[in-house]
Amino acid sequence: MSEVKLMKGNEAVAEAAILAGVDAYFGYPITPQSEVIEYLMVERPEDRTGMVVLQAESEIAAINMVYGAAGTGKRVMTSSSSPGVSLKQEGISYIAGSELPCVIVNVVRGGPGLGTIQPSQADYFQSTKGGGHGDYRLLVLAPASVQEMADFVDLAFDLAFKYRNPVMILSDGVIGQMMEKITLPAQKPRLSNEEIIERYGDWATTGKPSTRERNIITSLELDPYRQETHNHKLQAKYKKMEENEVRFEAINCEDADYVIVAYGSSARISQKTMQLARAKGHKVGLFRLISLFPFPKNELNKLADTVKGFLAVEMSAGQMIEDVRLAVNGKKPAEHYGRFGGVVHSPEEVLIALEQKIIGG
Amino acid sequence: MDIKEIIKPENLVYQKTKLMTDAPLSYCPGCGHGTAHRITMEVVEEMGIWEDTIGVAPVGCSVLAYDFMNIDMTQAAHGRAPAVATGIKRTWPEKFVFTYQGDGDLAAIGGNETLHACNRGENIVIIFVNNGIYGMTGGQMAPTTLPGMKSSTSPYGRDIATMGHPLKMTELIAQLPGTYFVTRQAVHTPAAVRKAKKAIRIAFETQREKKGLAFVEIVSNCNSGWKMNPVDANNWMVDNMFPYFPLGDIKVNGELIK
Repeated sequence: MSEVKLMKGNEAVAEAAILAGVDAYFGYPITPQSEVIEYLMVERPEDRTGMVVLQAESEIAAINMVYGAAGTGKRVMTSSSSPGVSLKQEGISYIAGSELPCVIVNVVRGGPGLGTIQPSQADYFQSTKGGGHGDYRLLVLAPASVQEMADFVDLAFDLAFKYRNPVMILSDGVIGQMMEKITLPAQKPRLSNEEIIERYGDWATTGKPSTRERNIITSLELDPYRQETHNHKLQAKYKKMEENEVRFEAINCEDADYVIVAYGSSARISQKTMQLARAKGHKVGLFRLISLFPFPKNELNKLADTVKGFLAVEMSAGQMIEDVRLAVNGKKPAEHYGRFGGVVHSPEEVLIALEQKIIGG
Repeated sequence: MDIKEIIKPENLVYQKTKLMTDAPLSYCPGCGHGTAHRITMEVVEEMGIWEDTIGVAPVGCSVLAYDFMNIDMTQAAHGRAPAVATGIKRTWPEKFVFTYQGDGDLAAIGGNETLHACNRGENIVIIFVNNGIYGMTGGQMAPTTLPGMKSSTSPYGRDIATMGHPLKMTELIAQLPGTYFVTRQAVHTPAAVRKAKKAIRIAFETQREKKGLAFVEIVSNCNSGWKMNPVDANNWMVDNMFPYFPLGDIKVNGELIK
């Protein structure tokens, strides 16, 4: 049974976590995402599904609680915002290295440093290129609505367990704070301990029965050749993600002369820009990224055969544009536009940039 | 008498616990870690809880504890073991969860995680091996290094004025209402080993009874880091470490006794 509600993006993530049968949430307050843990504390998911919610002493502790619980096969998540996600990077690297499933939500704010509490998309590099130390990737999903904030939680867990890899939901202060009408899914039951042991008993640390060898969760390998072999295995997994998990939405791209590439709130803003441009007679399309890693490079490259140019719109000084240019590979011009440091561009500003940098250029 | 006539079950006076693997220990000869591992695993075996016990290994000399302890284990980032253990215990409250940490891991980089896991009264056991030095990285100064004690990063001796005082983490966390059993032990003599094992048993029984956090410090040696032979290291430990880190129970049944 589904339910229609008016919710904030941050509340939608929290409610979706309960409904997705998540076993535990470990978090630490930081603006603009504190509503996630606040909502969970009010909702008492312990009573609703048995889900554990704990406010940790730091983002570092929270991600390590996630690491511990994820190692036992439980569905575990955390959320934070940019400075807090920086603190989590060590733990995320361990989780990626030891191949554990978990979901991390980043409601991005402006930086660097303590920066601003206003929305930003300047954590693109950190999210899609690894973030912590070592060669690893997160699977990164970028919601562009409150509905997707909810929908992507369950999807993220499915992907996390499919690949035994951390999945990041890369949101921003606009999506986290704005309210929209959403449809919530029906309650999914949490797995019982017996089901977890049956499904993940070959790797999860649930206590060693005499019937199997002990399970060890570790990212340590003292022999460099074995570490290299492990890294090859990780790379093969990331390649599989690139083959199977590319997600995007191409709007009015079939007849487009010019295409805006954007994700998250910049995609929402650019959708309006597209309408304004079409009203002026420009054939503009919107290529909305849903998965940031894997990046839809083949699709963009193909699109470069039929369009005249691309504008990468993001609330950063230019991060996603690098991947757009790599994908387009010089076939057509690809320029960047975006306000940053917590400033959100308007559809009109994007239109001016589009006309000046791409259409007029 | 032939040797084969002597090797009979009824003559058996000691047997290695099945919860220690056959992997050769990576510890230096004379180090206390091996004994601390063994008595921990003996307690888990004697309580019959090995199928329900999950251990958390630290970063430090005992980073490879999971190679030696024949149970399910997770290797934590440096200092984060109490948070990792919290994540496991909160989602599997019926399991026995313990961390095994050194002094650099627990008292320096992991000070915050230790303090807060203790303060929340997590139902876990923390085994804290304190040898006053960073062993694995080659003998650097630890938060527990004694005043005047030489290490590779205090080559002229720990200068209290600039390097601070040795941290008595065990006394510190004993003040927190979340801790139920706090003790300081050693494993340098057979009598000390027996006492330490008894303390670890009480710690795991505390967890079984869901009374709160149980914390067992084991003051140990580091002959390699201290640049001494094992016998001298033990003697030095008795003469210098024990006066600063006195052995004995600090908190029993939730009551401070020291």
